[in-house]
Amino acid sequence: MLKDLFRKQKRYITVRPGTVPEREEEKEPLWIKCPGCGEILYVRELEKGLKVCSKCRYHFRLSAPERIAATVDDNTFQELDGDLQAVDPLSFPGYRSKLSSAEQETGMRDAILTGQGTIDGRSVLIGALEPNFVMGSMGCIVGEKITRLIERAIENKLPVILFSASGGARMQEGVFSLMQMAKTSAAIARLHEAGILYVSVLTDPTTGGVLASFAALGDIILAEPGALIGFAGRRVTEQTLKEKLPPDFQTAEFCFNHGLIDLIVPRNEMRQILAQILSLHSERG
Amino acid sequence: MPNVILDFEKPLLELENRIAELKQYAGEKGIDLEAEINILENRLRDLKKEIYENLTPWQRTQLARHPERPNALDYFKLLFTDFLPLCGDRCCGDDPALVGGIARFEGVPVTVIGHMKGHNTKENLARNFGMPNPEGFRKALRLAQQAEKFGRSVISLIDTPGAYSGAGAEERGQAWAIASNLFAFSRLKTPIIVIITGEGGSGGALALGVGDVLLMLENAIFSVISPEGCAAILWKDAQRAPEAASVLKLTASELLSLGLIDGVIPEPLGGAHRDPEGTADNIRAEIRRRLQELRQIDAEQLVAARWGRLRRIGCF
Repeated sequence: MLKDLFRKQKRYITVRPGTVPEREEEKEPLWIKCPGCGEILYVRELEKGLKVCSKCRYHFRLSAPERIAATVDDNTFQELDGDLQAVDPLSFPGYRSKLSSAEQETGMRDAILTGQGTIDGRSVLIGALEPNFVMGSMGCIVGEKITRLIERAIENKLPVILFSASGGARMQEGVFSLMQMAKTSAAIARLHEAGILYVSVLTDPTTGGVLASFAALGDIILAEPGALIGFAGRRVTEQTLKEKLPPDFQTAEFCFNHGLIDLIVPRNEMRQILAQILSLHSERG
Repeated sequence: MPNVILDFEKPLLELENRIAELKQYAGEKGIDLEAEINILENRLRDLKKEIYENLTPWQRTQLARHPERPNALDYFKLLFTDFLPLCGDRCCGDDPALVGGIARFEGVPVTVIGHMKGHNTKENLARNFGMPNPEGFRKALRLAQQAEKFGRSVISLIDTPGAYSGAGAEERGQAWAIASNLFAFSRLKTPIIVIITGEGGSGGALALGVGDVLLMLENAIFSVISPEGCAAILWKDAQRAPEAASVLKLTASELLSLGLIDGVIPEPLGGAHRDPEGTADNIRAEIRRRLQELRQIDAEQLVAARWGRLRRIGCF
């Protein structure tokens, strides 16, 4: 059943007309090499298995629509604030063309997809960052859409789930993007005061200003196995220390061993664990 | 005269040296050179005005990072009385890169926190160049929560290249510490005045940056990434940092016109390091005015207004 889940649900995701032309699909390679074990994998099979390598369990990155599809119940996702378009508040050199190529590549208007859906029949407000849109970085629109999602959660007393996959704050929007860290964290503080559940799921990669704001503030923090999770880039840290770091440095496992996250959850169990968390929070103890 | 002279200040130094030479020569030889000296002194004054009133973003970045620029403890001494340093995060250590405690501002007890840089290499090594570990951010949070309990206002001074990016910092949850501060400061039921006095470097700066007013000294900078880092990403060349400083819009005047900060505190001509007392006078006047306003607001309203300010940022 789990195997069918992904492909079945793909139908219910809003994909804007013209963003995924048929011939693009034909061009896509049939085979892909697993970065984890080097095994050559059949793409169709990989997608059936939620993009987890059948041999070594390496978790390939999911796009935001794929992530939502793999999480919510069939036919229940309704996108929110889908009309919000990335902005260029500083007229930063090269940013507009970067945005338009990101838009073409991903079919999204900025690096996040948010909306409402159900998991095992329970309503949730859910968001997923798009790692392929300017590295999933948080600028004004990402901050605004997260904030609106949280405001809606407070209004409707619904739990929030956010999947992070991001390089951090978006440099091209300068202090505007930096302040989205404060804005989203303050929104979560209000959600907290309202006594509403927030589950943060860290996926590959969750770094910088995204980790150092809403992603680190979940009542419950989950992570996918092997995900890169850290504040400063590994290269920066290596330069700072002038020494090689352990191979598991800044991985989900490293964070788990240092008590920074609650659980590492393999992708094929994520839906079930989220459903269990929602169920455990559906009534007061 | 400061020990460290920046490139764009060199014409000033030459002129100052010539004036000194002339004065010495006149004294030794008993010749009256007053007219010449006057001309040169006038020229010096004009040149100073011309240079410091037309600084490029990169030149301001250099001033913001000037090693002799007053640091947090200098300002604590200049602005407050009865400073009592308080230490430790009650978890694993005390961070010398972040200082804080209780003091009096014009007689009234306040809680003060700030990033702490050194004035020379030795001091900077002891202060980790003003780059806090998680312990520093947790100490700041502890002191701010203590301020709330005792009804003290918080004065937060920002001056950091950024949060420290060491392996230990990652192990002890650097990102979690910063996020917790953003979260908690946003709901603190006491007035918070934030002043960026030097370098406002990214998340490590922002961790002390959530408050009711965000002010910057005239030559301070505030940025999501260092100009060097930005240049390395944009053009694969950290040498082009001066250009990056321009595109990042990191100066006080630019950020004020973008609506991202609430005010700019003027520095005496030549920058804060040439006149720490004069700079402190300007800061003091601003703190006095802002505290007077903020103390009249009821705590619930204060927190609601703080949220309102953040909520609007980035809505176009």
